[in-house]
Amino acid sequence: MTGWFADFMNHPATYLKSGWLQISVTNLLVILLMLAIFTLAIFLPFPKDKNRHHE
Amino acid sequence: MSQMWTAKLRNKWQKELPIEKLLPDDQPAYVSSWIYVFGVLTLATLAVIIFSGIILAFQGPAWYHISKTGKFVNSLHFWSVQLFFVFMVIHLWGKFWMAAWRGNRFATWATGAVAFIASIATAFTGYLVQTNFDSQWISFEAKDGFNSVGVGAWFNVTNLGQMLLLHVAFLPAILGVLTVVHVLMVRKRGVVPPIDSEPSPVNEASK
Ligand code: HEM
Repeated sequence: MTGWFADFMNHPATYLKSGWLQISVTNLLVILLMLAIFTLAIFLPFPKDKNRHHE
Repeated sequence: MSQMWTAKLRNKWQKELPIEKLLPDDQPAYVSSWIYVFGVLTLATLAVIIFSGIILAFQGPAWYHISKTGKFVNSLHFWSVQLFFVFMVIHLWGKFWMAAWRGNRFATWATGAVAFIASIATAFTGYLVQTNFDSQWISFEAKDGFNSVGVGAWFNVTNLGQMLLLHVAFLPAILGVLTVVHVLMVRKRGVVPPIDSEPSPVNEASK
């Protein structure tokens, strides 16, 4: 790997620490991403089926 | 009626999972929400994982660790796993918050939960067969854990042959069977109604 992405990736993970709790920034971002997708899945309207006539 | 086991199995199958239930073309109105898409997304990523995995198995590490196409298929396999877990976790949250085990759906929930554990085991052995510093680090940390609970000789994370065979044969087979049963269970019972929906036999039964 070369370029800015390599510089961004090629080092050990940064960890956040608060007492017994320790989490890498990467893992925290993945968890936040999952929560965001979950929230969107609940609130975004689902497209209607146009081929379907109303009953 | 014939008492052959074939006849018994056929009758039971036809009663509990007729073809109309197995391949429906219609779903209740409450299913039109994005949260119901995540089971199928999990299934789709699993298909990509299995397909790319079969290519890796046929071509071998001398291809997937060296050639550009090989590295691409290897990455496709790896990143599909990351997506698979993201989709599966969102699927699990969705089913948890709608208490989708209601109305006799325990087997659906249970096969899902065991599939989750089997997926972790499959991913773990996958990380162990990368033959790089990552896999070396992971196996040498994990061996102490497994030894401390007394299973290290039987499940030896530093035994590359054992980990590779478990990763490409035993564990995917288990996960495959669990997934098939899981989806058949969903088809058999139909999609669970929302918790606050009007009284229905299913909601009554699960009170
Ligand atoms: C290999 C991983 C998995 C695959 C491929 C998978 C696939 C599916 C599919 C295609 C559906 C139907 C569509 C939907 O409602 O999303 C479904 C439903 C369901 N899944 Fe999964 N799933 C997996 C893991 C899990 C896990 C980890 C759980 C929870 C422990 C779970 C619990 C459920 C439940 C309870 C339903 C049925 C909901 C209902 O009857 O309406 N699944 N799954």
